[in-house]
Amino acid sequence: MKEIPALIRVFAYLSLLTVGGGMAAFPEMKILTVEVHHWLTFPQLVHLYSVGQMAPGPNMMMIVSIGEWAAGILGAIVVVIAFFGPTSLLTLTVGRLWKRLEKWPWRKSIQEGLAPVSIGLLLAGCFTFARGAVTSLDTATIAVGTLLILLKYKINPALLVLAAAIIGGLSF
Amino acid sequence: MSELAATASTTATAATPTSRPATVLQIFLEFLIIGATSFGGGVVAYLRNGLVNKRAWLDDKGFVELLSISQSLPGLNSTNMAILIGDRLCGLPGAVAGIIGMCLPGGLLMLAVGMVYHQHGDHALATAALKGVAAAAVGLILATAVQLGKRSLEHTADAVFVVVTVLGVNRLHQSVLTVLVTVGLIATLWYRPRKTQNGANR
Repeated sequence: MKEIPALIRVFAYLSLLTVGGGMAAFPEMKILTVEVHHWLTFPQLVHLYSVGQMAPGPNMMMIVSIGEWAAGILGAIVVVIAFFGPTSLLTLTVGRLWKRLEKWPWRKSIQEGLAPVSIGLLLAGCFTFARGAVTSLDTATIAVGTLLILLKYKINPALLVLAAAIIGGLSF
Repeated sequence: MSELAATASTTATAATPTSRPATVLQIFLEFLIIGATSFGGGVVAYLRNGLVNKRAWLDDKGFVELLSISQSLPGLNSTNMAILIGDRLCGLPGAVAGIIGMCLPGGLLMLAVGMVYHQHGDHALATAALKGVAAAAVGLILATAVQLGKRSLEHTADAVFVVVTVLGVNRLHQSVLTVLVTVGLIATLWYRPRKTQNGANR
């Protein structure tokens, strides 16, 4: 129970960083959940995050697991509300004002300006994540192989991740 | 489509030839189905297929417009889209139904996965398999970055903003918030409104 206020603070804050996707918040998520609050270890965070990529729906539902570990079912519910509440309210508001915002000249500037920043944050998150995930020649091979296959062929990524799980299970 | 926002609560009369009225329950169920079946990321493609092609709740132009709003705001694309589409179809109840339907299946699954992992995650086989999964996830995320970059990076300046953002977080160890606000502000000012006719050519 005593972790509830911290869960709300951390996940409401992280949600505001998810510009362009959940990965943007990953470096901060690592610092706050692992180093500051010790809700889980870095390898555990990397594992949960990657399993979460396979789950259907929004690719950040792994936050539920962190909430549950830290404070039970209540923690899981609180984390979801904290993570999706603030951004949902913002989106609802902007969506309703959009007709007016559309003609605002700065709207296009903000969208053009945020596009490269969101890709930069995605990459920065990915590199932080990779420090926990790519730790050997084997894992590097799987990462590069997955990248090349996805760039070349249209295949459901979940199948590749599943294949990587089997390869991992068989060979490590 | 100009009446979209104004008549969000009176969907029956708001229906254009390309958009059919929807009830809150229908919205919840449709998003629940998408939330339960969209394996492997790319939820946006599932949304488009379910809502534009199958249900005809909005047309392609409306979908792309909502997607561009989703992408320029914090929050995940999938949940922002659930909010925007639910709101356009049925107002606030539609938005709430949309996001709950979207998050429920994956949330319950990850709750169960988290519990199992917490108890058995240190088994050698599980650790080995998860090592493979995590490595594949890196490839998956990089592929997403490459595809996004191809689509939305047009100018040389964009590449500079990408690199500065990465260095700010990974090398200078600044908080994501600091980098987002600083580089975001500079990039927005760089693309500030100009009065020239061919403003796109820089």
